[in-house]
Amino acid sequence: MKENLVQVTYFISSLLFILGLKGLASPVSARRGMFLAEFGMLLAVIGTLVHHDIVRYEWIAIGLVIGSVIGALMAILMPMTAIPQRTAISHMFGALAATLVGVIEFHKHQGEISRSVMAALGFEVMFGALTVTGSFMAFGKLQEFLKSAPVTYKFQNFFNILLFFVTAGLFVYLIFVPSSSVAFFGMIGLALLVGVLLVLPIGGADMPVVISLLNSYAGLASSATGFVLSNNVLIIAGALDGASGFILSILMSKAMNRSFTNVLFGAFGSVAEGAAAGPGPGGTSIREITAEDAAIQLAYSRLVIVIPGYGMAVAQAQHQVRELADLIEKRGGTVKFAIHPVAGRMPGHMNVLLAEANVPYDALYDMEEINDQFERADVTLVIGANDVVNPAAKHDPTSPIYGMPILRADESKSVIVMKRSMNPGFAGIENELFYNPKTYMLFGNAKDSTQKLINEIKNV
Amino acid sequence: MPSTQILELYVFMLAGFVGYQVISRVPPLLHTPLMSATNAISGISLVGSLVAAGSQHDLLSTLLGTVAVISATINVVGGFMITDRMLKMFKSGDEKKGEGAKS
Repeated sequence: MKENLVQVTYFISSLLFILGLKGLASPVSARRGMFLAEFGMLLAVIGTLVHHDIVRYEWIAIGLVIGSVIGALMAILMPMTAIPQRTAISHMFGALAATLVGVIEFHKHQGEISRSVMAALGFEVMFGALTVTGSFMAFGKLQEFLKSAPVTYKFQNFFNILLFFVTAGLFVYLIFVPSSSVAFFGMIGLALLVGVLLVLPIGGADMPVVISLLNSYAGLASSATGFVLSNNVLIIAGALDGASGFILSILMSKAMNRSFTNVLFGAFGSVAEGAAAGPGPGGTSIREITAEDAAIQLAYSRLVIVIPGYGMAVAQAQHQVRELADLIEKRGGTVKFAIHPVAGRMPGHMNVLLAEANVPYDALYDMEEINDQFERADVTLVIGANDVVNPAAKHDPTSPIYGMPILRADESKSVIVMKRSMNPGFAGIENELFYNPKTYMLFGNAKDSTQKLINEIKNV
Repeated sequence: MPSTQILELYVFMLAGFVGYQVISRVPPLLHTPLMSATNAISGISLVGSLVAAGSQHDLLSTLLGTVAVISATINVVGGFMITDRMLKMFKSGDEKKGEGAKS
């Protein structure tokens, strides 16, 4: 009877999770969807608490209280610019829980684990452990207490692949000898190391792919836990997370025109050879513009398209950007925001920042929606973005980013690029757009420059 | 392979397909909330952690189980709260005008 009740709550929770994610198809239904998912989670927890195996509640209570306090504090105190870090560290906690559950299962039933359960258990702890350290490394790089530039050394790929095969070999061995604790803990140790080495050579600009991939791994580890415990809600919720991370990684890779393997083993972002600064393509030089002149251009524009990038997030300039947009709109112009899929450090990063600054979501456009409108734009304002507007991606087969879909800023009547200095972007590639005769450069920190534009436009 | 595990594989496959279909329809606008939401949902390993922490096998299991409960709870509570905080910020132009009229 009790067992049936538990199964019914799990069934309803699974349904609510799916409906919850379905709500995310539109910003209108998204919050309602999330309430469903939260309710589903609550049901699953309550259902579990009456489980016949649970005899003591004091440790559970301690764990729930500590976890809730830490989780809530992180959610309330983290600024929106730190969302990528928070997501990365959260993946770590999820994977840690899955790994620990696996270790406990192994410890409890040592010697009596069947091969098929061991296959799931091994998968769970291997992917779990790899995600724990991988996510921590990603967190460190995003929080910048670790160097965000790729770390490379000789024979790196060879070594990584070798290590991965040894880990996978231990996994296979475990399936045949499920009682070997040396192999089990050895595999965990190696998987932890693989996680570190996997993220070490990955640069800041590739973070969107890595975060998505780790999201997927954390989900798959949860799902494997479900196989070990014969628990369908775990299998379903994990599969949903796994699918989501998988879709996002593919979208992000596509938006960079690179394959998974290229992101993981390419160590992109170490300064490309031969791309030294200097005279640009065609030998033309850049043109600087003063805030005053830029403001005049913006004030008399009918359509302004803003392209935000990671530079806007770093300078926390989103509020100033929104104020500038409001001023332009007040003068009768239209302002649209063009969001490249890999702008920022995680999928959708720019959308969240602009929403925080009160930009309505109907002013935010995806790449496909906006690319045909650039030729009608009087001014395109590039704020802290670089590689996503580089026209070399379209026509220069020698460029490392050749083939990557870009925002076609170069088609607009005039371009103003706000940038801290002439340093190349994360890909370490010169940007042709800056040397385009239609382009003006406005140097300085994105926040200060935008503030200057706001002050000037008020005087126009 | 026992038949329950075959059934579980079916569940996994179907859930993966449903997930793929549902999530393909999430617009890029909401990709960040999507990731924190699925991340919170994958904190469902909390269910396994609860059993581990409360089943009184031995002290080691209880302690590791408690750490697992803490981690999974951080994931669930933090994930859902930040998702809601983000989603609250997404407003259409009309909603904004409505607010302006009120204030």
